[in-house]
Amino acid sequence: MEHIISVTVENKFGVLSRVAGLFSGRGFNIESLSVAPTLDPSMSQMTIVTSGDERIVEQIVKQLNKLIDVIKVVDLNESEFVSRETALIKVHTKAEDRAEALRIADIFRANVIDSTPSTYTIEVTGDPKKLEAIINLLQPLGIKELIRTGRVAIAREAIRPAVSQPKKLARE
Amino acid sequence: MKLTGSEILIECLKAEGVKTIFALPGGVVLKIFDMLHQQNDIEVVLTRHEQGAGHMAEGYAKATGKAGVCLVTSGPGMTNVITALADAYMDSVPLVCISGQVSTSLIGNDAFQEADNIGLSRPCTKYNFLVKDVNDLAITIKEAFYIATTGRPGPVLVDIPKDVSLAKAEFTYPSSVAIRGYNPTYEGNKWQIKQAAEAIMKAKKPILYVGGGVVFSQAAKELLELAEMTQIPVDMTLMGLGAFPGEHPQSMGMLGMHGTYCANMAVHYSDLVIAVGARFDDRVTGKVSEFCPFAKVIHIDIDPTSIRKNIHVDIPIVGDCKAVLRELNQILRATVNGNQKDLRKPWWDQIREWQQAHPLAYQQEPEGAIKPQHVVKRLYELTKDRDPIVATDVGQHQMWTAQYFKLARPNRWLTSGGLGTMGFGFPAAMGAQAAFRDRLVLCVAGDGSIQMNMQEMATAVVSKLPVKIIILNNRFHGMVRQWQDLFYEGRYASSYLDTTPDFVKLAEAYGAVGLRAGKVGDLDAVLKEAISTDKPVVVDVPTYPYENCYPMIPAGGCNHEMILEDPPELKRRMAGVPSTGSDENKDTILTA
Repeated sequence: MEHIISVTVENKFGVLSRVAGLFSGRGFNIESLSVAPTLDPSMSQMTIVTSGDERIVEQIVKQLNKLIDVIKVVDLNESEFVSRETALIKVHTKAEDRAEALRIADIFRANVIDSTPSTYTIEVTGDPKKLEAIINLLQPLGIKELIRTGRVAIAREAIRPAVSQPKKLARE
Repeated sequence: MKLTGSEILIECLKAEGVKTIFALPGGVVLKIFDMLHQQNDIEVVLTRHEQGAGHMAEGYAKATGKAGVCLVTSGPGMTNVITALADAYMDSVPLVCISGQVSTSLIGNDAFQEADNIGLSRPCTKYNFLVKDVNDLAITIKEAFYIATTGRPGPVLVDIPKDVSLAKAEFTYPSSVAIRGYNPTYEGNKWQIKQAAEAIMKAKKPILYVGGGVVFSQAAKELLELAEMTQIPVDMTLMGLGAFPGEHPQSMGMLGMHGTYCANMAVHYSDLVIAVGARFDDRVTGKVSEFCPFAKVIHIDIDPTSIRKNIHVDIPIVGDCKAVLRELNQILRATVNGNQKDLRKPWWDQIREWQQAHPLAYQQEPEGAIKPQHVVKRLYELTKDRDPIVATDVGQHQMWTAQYFKLARPNRWLTSGGLGTMGFGFPAAMGAQAAFRDRLVLCVAGDGSIQMNMQEMATAVVSKLPVKIIILNNRFHGMVRQWQDLFYEGRYASSYLDTTPDFVKLAEAYGAVGLRAGKVGDLDAVLKEAISTDKPVVVDVPTYPYENCYPMIPAGGCNHEMILEDPPELKRRMAGVPSTGSDENKDTILTA
């Protein structure tokens, strides 16, 4: 089963290779990995999309925690979360296709961020299904290049009821 | 006052209480060696190969319980020490390895003797540091010792570029460290410990399965109390030998691939396995899906990743063995009563039956070739009163030593378990000897494995480390030969060593003492002479070459399905083979 694991690490050189080395050395799967500094510049946040049965994911989380440069590990699948991915798609557009490309972009609330007489570069953000859908639609037009960021994810905040209600209920 | 990086390093080592380091110089660490040369607080044992330095530091660490320290140069110095780092990582040995690196301005330029030390050591160290600024050196060394010796111990590498060893900085040694991503759990969860105590009270057929964690956390006393109070038999892993007295009536000896019949049967049929500081290694579990099929499992370990890595655990307790056992004993002391003894009477009857059915055994003819087991047994009998430290290499001789040398206390057993490193024993023994100059340190080796670090004989002689090496010389890679006999129809592919050197002359060439016990009758006298000699000694004992190590669980087999003696087809095949291991029969052995 697919799991999204959020890992807070020290922002210093070599940390990415420690994490990547852990996955390759122990035969764990990485489907995607994204990393960038957090609000505190001494830390970075990684979002790792991986897969495996319960026992393997338990080992992944434990082994990540064991790394000395890892500060916090959260298996987002243990609660509600939202995830997003961005793709930049460079589409070949013949004159007769240009309007169609823009229509497709519009349907998916995607933006055209670069344009030449023969290409559009379209930026689209969403969950993987949405990205697959727009890619499928653009493919007949001719995709010249496609770059995906890999997923980032964040836990959903528990929905807070009206202020007047007792605090206890907030957890329910 | 400002000090150079080299001086800072030495001051840090002194502050950590380091008395001995194992080292081999080279271009980028010359400044460090120059400063070591000008002080008297730290002894430098100059080894002949960096692998030797690493294993010596391991032996030092295993015997003392403190971090061992080795110092190597960049490039080949680093690559040579990697085997020792990997060994220490597998067996959780606290080690601090200082490696030299080319100057920071040259890193990445393929400079002379440059290697990516951090990249090379990453998968075989607990942590590693590259020190780019001399101002970070002191805190880095502090952190290195802290990481190496706390939690589940392990090797830590500190890579010091040449310019950092020359640059100057103010020196203050930090009194404490805090690493936000590293906080080992020492105290076990109280509720879980209570659950464990309840399970222990109820169990009819419990077994303690104890490993190296008990040795490292110095929990032997707590273990003894637990075992005696609850009358539970004790199985030890290879790394756990010495954690429980080998001659104790509750000791089942070692379990696993070459464990005793009783230890393996007991763990297979038990209803409660209490694993303490052990990690359910494949050499212990055999076929993992059928390991202790009738048992509930309690697992006490400081490393959360060890728990549920290989088998399902019912009561996991993350914590230091000593702290957890102390807590557990406290609960049990209040609740345990005579009932457990009655409850477990049938279990003990069964265990005694297993012990009598298949004790460890070998046949030694009074005039025949010397049996390797007999050598270990005699060595044990002759030295046990002197509380020796025993090192081994890897192979048949290691398993026989594990079976027949019944250690009474922890920190006496130096062996390579996880990585199975041939060539480990001799340098490890020297490391222990460097820590305890007056103790008797033995190294049981095979004729194959001793040759993997034989060059350290020069170190032993020069640095006056009077280790006693007993070579069980069967002129084979014995364990390989055993597997070939059992599973490859006796085709001895690259297992016969043929031109074995004359170990007596070799020892003498190095300036050590060489002895040989050619006949069973000579054995005691030669061993006695060796242990009373105040120099490094090599005792060459030609042994029966076709002796196999039993019991044996074939790889992937089940713990209650042991091979207890040569199978009939092997006996038939061996019928025409000469029974002596003396030199005259070399040719016959080759064609056998």
